[in-house]
Amino acid sequence: MTDLIQPLIVAIFIGASTSLLGAFVILRKMALAGDALSHVALPGLALGLMFNFNPFWGAAGFLLLATLGVWFLEYYTTLSVDTLIGVFFTVSLAIGVLITPQQELLEALFGNISLLSRQEALFSIFVSAVVIITLLAIYKKLALNMLSQELAQSIGIKNRILELIYLLIFALAVALGIRFVGALLMGSLVIIPAASAKNIAKSLKSFMTISVSLGILTTILGMIFAFNSKTAPGPLFILISAGFFVITLIIRRFRFALK
Amino acid sequence: MQILKVKNLSVNLGGEKILQNITLEVNRGEILTVIGPNGAGKTTLFKALLNMISYEGEIKWEPNVKIGYVPQRLDIDIDVPITVKEFFKLRGKIANAKRIREALSFIQLEENILKKGLGEISVGQRQRLLVGWAMMDNPDVLLFDEPTADIDIYGQESILKTISQMHKKLNLTVILISHDLNIVSEYATKVICLNKKNLCYGPPAKVLTAQNLNELYGGEKAFYEHKH
Repeated sequence: MTDLIQPLIVAIFIGASTSLLGAFVILRKMALAGDALSHVALPGLALGLMFNFNPFWGAAGFLLLATLGVWFLEYYTTLSVDTLIGVFFTVSLAIGVLITPQQELLEALFGNISLLSRQEALFSIFVSAVVIITLLAIYKKLALNMLSQELAQSIGIKNRILELIYLLIFALAVALGIRFVGALLMGSLVIIPAASAKNIAKSLKSFMTISVSLGILTTILGMIFAFNSKTAPGPLFILISAGFFVITLIIRRFRFALK
Repeated sequence: MQILKVKNLSVNLGGEKILQNITLEVNRGEILTVIGPNGAGKTTLFKALLNMISYEGEIKWEPNVKIGYVPQRLDIDIDVPITVKEFFKLRGKIANAKRIREALSFIQLEENILKKGLGEISVGQRQRLLVGWAMMDNPDVLLFDEPTADIDIYGQESILKTISQMHKKLNLTVILISHDLNIVSEYATKVICLNKKNLCYGPPAKVLTAQNLNELYGGEKAFYEHKH
């Protein structure tokens, strides 16, 4: 049972930070782009495995480059960012799959939280905390920017810097989650809790609270199931959060029916 | 007193000239209306005025001027998870309970709207809400991007009344994009006709001639002067 405590605590932090981030990914209507973007981590992860450095930094580095690329394209070109993300980031997934050492591939794609050292665990908790605190500090500005850039600009918000911070946080949170759910499923861990929350939340506060609660609940349940059945937690996280999604969808239906 | 001075403003986006050599001046308390066909660069002009895009030329606001901006519409889902009250609160510290109440009474909306979802209220209510939102910080200038584009006649009238009241009461400066030439002739003190270039500029009675409008819109327009 003690084997479970450390990964469980880490999972809770990661669940909280990614689902809070997810609220803004959904608000910005970039669910699909965010998912594709998360695949960029794989080649970085693979390089870490090949050359024996911490795969987190490989993944974070690649995500950072990709998010900076997106930011630059959005502001300084007229190219369609959505299309470019769709093309290049799937390509990077393909490259990642080719260069990831065969015996590590399954773990890189689908993750494994139980293999963490104490140091890695503490580091993960720290980075999660940074993600959460930063998001809470800027959430009002971020929400306004996502509703209307012009409105944000009109009250003196520096949109470009704000978006840069948001993308950096995105890169950090995704790189963190990759170890646990893998490059293929990470996007879903970010998006599904927030998408579920949106089904039933009316206010920004309840949206964020429900998303984070579902994120935490998902990772706790996922870890316990994974521990008992000796399977990788990543797919379990996704299945459980998809279950919550269906439940919230039903609640929403009922609400509309009652109206 | 001049609150805004624009000199030789040009904007290029992706190699295309969206605005060329726009020059205009706005004094305190004036209502400047921007007219022109779709794609004439009206919204681009606003974005340049808000310093959202890069441009050539000069845009000079009076120092420390406070600008309120009312967008044409908010591109949001009907189930966007944010309440009207929270939307006010996004303005930060100045959005305290008292100011929110003042804003609501100003735009004549009931307080129970605060609990409703931002995507749930009607387009007309949301448009008025945006006016109240922009007015919260007591701006010197209001930029309106076609405030009446999406709403029915009743909604339009109430928005226009609000604008005109604000203008009179607060000596507010208003810069307004509008398609409705009747509005222009009724409310504007100055008009600029825009079609990438500055095609005409001056008081409405002088500028809104059949010839100018023909040139601007490229054809007959169902414009008629109000003769009261």
